[in-house]
Amino acid sequence: MNRWNSYLENTLIYDPNQCVNCGRCIEVCPHRVFISGSGSVVLDKKEACMECGACERNCPVSAIQVDSGVGCAYAMIRGAFTGKEECGCGDGGSSGCCT
Amino acid sequence: MEERTCSCNSHNNAGNKTCYCSTEKIVPFRNEIPAATSTLTVADHWDHLNARLGFRRMKHTVQPGLYRIGNPTPESMVFVSANYTLSFDALRSSLTGYDAYILVIDTKGINVWCAAGKGTFGTGEIVSRIQKTDLSTIVSHRNIIIPQLGAPGVSAHEVAQRSGFTVRYGPVRATDIPRFLKTRTITPAMREVTFSLRDRLVLIPVELVHILKFAIPAILLSGILVSWDLSYRILLAIIAGTILFPMLMPYLPTKDFSTKGFFLGWIIFLPCAVGTLLSQNGDMIIRAGMALAELLVFPAVVAYLALNFTGSTPFASRSGVKKEIHRYIRPMAGLFLGGVLLSAGMGILSLVIIS
Ligand code: SF4
Ligand code: SF4
Repeated sequence: MNRWNSYLENTLIYDPNQCVNCGRCIEVCPHRVFISGSGSVVLDKKEACMECGACERNCPVSAIQVDSGVGCAYAMIRGAFTGKEECGCGDGGSSGCCT
Repeated sequence: MEERTCSCNSHNNAGNKTCYCSTEKIVPFRNEIPAATSTLTVADHWDHLNARLGFRRMKHTVQPGLYRIGNPTPESMVFVSANYTLSFDALRSSLTGYDAYILVIDTKGINVWCAAGKGTFGTGEIVSRIQKTDLSTIVSHRNIIIPQLGAPGVSAHEVAQRSGFTVRYGPVRATDIPRFLKTRTITPAMREVTFSLRDRLVLIPVELVHILKFAIPAILLSGILVSWDLSYRILLAIIAGTILFPMLMPYLPTKDFSTKGFFLGWIIFLPCAVGTLLSQNGDMIIRAGMALAELLVFPAVVAYLALNFTGSTPFASRSGVKKEIHRYIRPMAGLFLGGVLLSAGMGILSLVIIS
């Protein structure tokens, strides 16, 4: 199924050595990407990550990095022409990006 | 009267205000904190319908500030919300029967998830709204509950540092709030976003309204200038891409939106192409060419519309969408143009044959 799946890789990077096991990333992630572990949380379902950036922003020790942004083709395609990538979200009437 | 600036002013009639939405500064005495009702009125539902259709899109706002639900005490919980009526109303209606505070922050009338992505639902606005409303003199505890979908914009530890308030993230869906209030715990299921049929269906109207602006002229023009058969097909492609695709998305094969779209497009247009082939208009070769052109043009349109649905889903990552664009945009454009050229060629050929 690799062939027709563009969503297997993403920019999420997690360093368990820095993790202080506060559990925030588990609390904020809408896709159960992290699960609890002893000593540090475990990156369980990396491929489910949608790059929303919630875990990175809420990790108190910066153990997580992710190039966050909205996965909106419309904004990206328009951005390719106008040079300005703006999510239509909330301003376009398009439910568009991110509902 | 400030109609339409606040969803809760539907109760405004002289002397009987249950909501003071125009209050600029919230004064820190509990009995002067504006009350918001937890029951939604017909006017609220009308507002929601408009919001869902993308009409009067920047008008669905609530005055930022502190509101009370029921008769909260200094121990009552504080829920944070965006100043978008759909967000605020979902929260207040889920608090029916409870006493609580709602801290509405200024997200410029944009929902929690979008605003968090843009950073307007963010640490700075929450901290400053806590200060502006003197929240620390109103409640005796130091906890606020922020919707989980606001987390991409909020740094919980920074809010704590700067305001003294500890952040707890509430459930993803406001409808889970009563359960959360009862059990005081949030299960993993309450933390996970879903994309149910209902979630997908509510997205259709706004997409449709958006695309019809371009589609109606295209449909009419092609009908008048070329043929009404073409108009029907354009309409069918739009219906497939904006209505059928969101409905059938989970059941279509492959993982990528574009390939799902192509698949749906071919399924839908195959009968059309067969119809063209079997029709009595013109030469066999012309009909075959036209049928092939249909199978090139319209599935590409459906696939493009499907690809554009990525932005509405709560799971398409930016990396993945980028990759999809990279992979499929050229094939889509190629098939589309190839089909248009082919049908133009067939048109010319049929004129030649007739003459
Ligand atoms: S970026 Fe979002 S989806 Fe990805 S792991 Fe972090 S919280 Fe989960
Ligand atoms: S938020 Fe950071 S420190 Fe806390 S559990 Fe997750 S990775 Fe570890």
